[in-house]
Amino acid sequence: MEERGEKEDATEREGSLCQLCFAAGRRTTIMETECERVMINTHRFDPILKGIVVISTRSAMVVRFQRIRKCRQLQREKLRMEKLRTTRHLLRRSSRSLLDRRLKLNSENSIHSSGTAFTRTCTGHRNWILPACLHPSRDCRGLTKANAMQNRYFGSVAELVQRRPSFSTLNSDDISFFKSILGEKNVVQDEDVLATANTDWMRKYKGSSKLLLQPRSTEEVSEILKYCNSRHLAVVPQGGNTGLVGGSVPVFDEVIINVGSMNKILAFDKVSGILVCEAGCILENLISFLDNEGFVMPLDLGAKGSCQIGGNVSTNAGGLRLVRYGSLHGNVLGLEAVLANGDVLDMLGTLRKDNTGYDLKHLFIGSEGSLGIVTKVSILTPPKLSSVNIAFLACKDYFSCQKLLQEAKRKLGEILSAFEFLDIEAMDLALNHLEGARNPLPASIHNFYVLIETTGSNESYDKEKLEAFLLSSMEGGLISDGVVAQDINQASSFWRVREGLPEALIKAGANYKYDLSLPVEKMYNLVEDMRVRLGGLARVVAYGHLGDANLHLNISAPKYDDKILAQIEPYVYEWTSKHRGSISAEHGLGLMKANKIFYSKSPKTVQLMTSIKNLLDPNGILNPYKVLPHSLNP
Amino acid sequence: MKIMVAIKRVVDYAVKIRVKPDKTGVEIHNVKMSMNPFCEIALEEALRIKESGLATEVVAVSMGPAQCVDTLRTGLAMGADRGIHVEAARELYPLTVARVLKGLVEVENPGLLILGKQAIDDDCNQTGQMVAGLLGWPQGTFASKVVLDKEKQIATVDREVDGGLETLCLDLPAVITTDLRLNQPRYATLPNIMKAKSKPIKKYTPEELNVEIKSDLEVVQVTEPPKRKAGVILSSVDELIDKLKNEAHVV
Repeated sequence: MEERGEKEDATEREGSLCQLCFAAGRRTTIMETECERVMINTHRFDPILKGIVVISTRSAMVVRFQRIRKCRQLQREKLRMEKLRTTRHLLRRSSRSLLDRRLKLNSENSIHSSGTAFTRTCTGHRNWILPACLHPSRDCRGLTKANAMQNRYFGSVAELVQRRPSFSTLNSDDISFFKSILGEKNVVQDEDVLATANTDWMRKYKGSSKLLLQPRSTEEVSEILKYCNSRHLAVVPQGGNTGLVGGSVPVFDEVIINVGSMNKILAFDKVSGILVCEAGCILENLISFLDNEGFVMPLDLGAKGSCQIGGNVSTNAGGLRLVRYGSLHGNVLGLEAVLANGDVLDMLGTLRKDNTGYDLKHLFIGSEGSLGIVTKVSILTPPKLSSVNIAFLACKDYFSCQKLLQEAKRKLGEILSAFEFLDIEAMDLALNHLEGARNPLPASIHNFYVLIETTGSNESYDKEKLEAFLLSSMEGGLISDGVVAQDINQASSFWRVREGLPEALIKAGANYKYDLSLPVEKMYNLVEDMRVRLGGLARVVAYGHLGDANLHLNISAPKYDDKILAQIEPYVYEWTSKHRGSISAEHGLGLMKANKIFYSKSPKTVQLMTSIKNLLDPNGILNPYKVLPHSLNP
Repeated sequence: MKIMVAIKRVVDYAVKIRVKPDKTGVEIHNVKMSMNPFCEIALEEALRIKESGLATEVVAVSMGPAQCVDTLRTGLAMGADRGIHVEAARELYPLTVARVLKGLVEVENPGLLILGKQAIDDDCNQTGQMVAGLLGWPQGTFASKVVLDKEKQIATVDREVDGGLETLCLDLPAVITTDLRLNQPRYATLPNIMKAKSKPIKKYTPEELNVEIKSDLEVVQVTEPPKRKAGVILSSVDELIDKLKNEAHVV
């Protein structure tokens, strides 16, 4: 009994699955850190748990009470330690942040910079990091409530990541080695360039890497990784740096390996449409290249001007055309990846069908750079069809949007190429914050907007089909109003409204972004629940790929605030988990959701993932602290 | 008062055009065609005038092969009341178009003829001026603002000229050609698209209007402009001087 108690101590301290929940027979596995909140607030009143406690035998009761007591003791200790650390931080930060704030008084992003000033001092002194979205004043609130143990904020928000001691720090020998391999120009230590490379697109995460490498070939990548593996130097593979979950920027001082210089198109087969290119090719450039040849990329996203194909493949990017062309798992025919120890895995097949052995490329697609760095991609591109039609429609309620989706899939069938939706808040945001955005339906404000695109080979036939579908939907009351684009300019202005939403959200202030896969019928219930929960604190904006049952839930507020965050997390994840949805439909886990994988995957699955990670990257140098939970120490 | 708007079906503005291999013209075979952007602006202006009550009817006119009817339907979907299609198989040049328009004006008797300032496929910028000359009507070209006065039967037009903005007063009936900054054309809404299906489009042939399709112009060759050469990064001032002297011949 004592041994078990000790072992429990160890696991509980690390933050394992909540023992109480297991004891209560709960099916959802919640991390202990989250569960402290649950435990304090609901276990006490939970009839099931109460019932079990009462019904079970005396010894079991004692065990359970012991566990509860231990849980609470640990929590108290933890909070005491937090208090000590944060007071020290506050003292150090106060002088620095005043200076920084004065310097950054005129910059637009003053909210962000106050957060980043905090992290800069932290990482300088203590190897601790808090997500940059934390407002410094929050700590004061947390401290006062620490003793009351009602403090839910710390548990779910402060995901303190500790820099792994097994990683070495860069020294001048390393720099000279890299210079000897890559040349002077491609070893970047310039502060300004590093500042951009260290910050993610959302400006929520900022690392403190001192070195950016720009290899030009797979051999150079292989040499770099072999060296870093032997020296235990952590690395972050980076492409266009357009990721939304902090997966493309360093957490501490990892070396950034940016493959942007590897941007050659290697081969293109005009008959089959198979494109082979290097990982640093920007998506928009590939689209223009293919345009000349009469083909089109199977994926399309708002970030296409900056995102690179290597990153798209590593994160299994979805995008606007997934409903027509399917995911990258189906379109990528092969890839070449470099493993952590420098081994080059050449799986660059250009065959449509190849059933020889285990198809390992699927491991790398979506691995977010944690299993290997993708250096070349071979992708199947569909032919460019001449007739593209797009309609922007208005619906009065969510039920009509759903029915419209069903009708569209049936009546438009094979020519449907995109089905997106936005709600009234999203449209309002786009019109107010996006420059050059024009309301396609200025006559009145509607509750929901749906964007339907069709791509086919026969202009008049497609137009007829689309107009017939729209007419019947209008007569059926599914659509209250709509416009059909008459030329390509009008079509791009419709897309501008939808594709510009992430940009508009950033301009509107602080943005909490969630990307969830949920059953279509239930999707909007979450949005309405969040509106009730947040009340006047923040705006809930919803849009997404309705055709793929993918909701992009965004909460927009003037400033980052933990009150808001506490209302959102972990409620959103629990809600999604309850409906067996995915907490990250296409954005990936990155740093933001690294510890949240259990909401969507079972512990055994995650265990196997960890084993694979340890097999391919035993020293854990590839993109550490991301994707898999920190407690499992992958 | 009736307003007549002339519309041209051209290659879509956003399409990347390619020259035909035999250099006789541009690839238009499998390429998206739509209404000339300036003609859209012209139609939008006509619709706004009608909506403000100063006109009773807007008639859209187009000339060319059978597919012009699609462009006319778009015009009807935007809000025009009637369409007129003049069948012509061969390519039409501005003077011929002007003669056809004159014939139509004599049939329809509009109070105002609005056109786009130029078509984006030939960039001629001639039709509006030629029609005004043939009809003997006043013309306000490159209009960036149009204000009608029904009582006095005049139109006040702000023109965008090289030196700035020029304001003219025209007696109606007049010819106005529209420039980019006049307005932003509306989208064709679904209800209007459905209504447009039942609006009439009348067909004419050039013979009925006493116009002979002949041209004094002949396209000899169409070639792409020379490709822009990539810039060169030089490493010293001496090299720069050398290049300026010997290659560019400017020093």
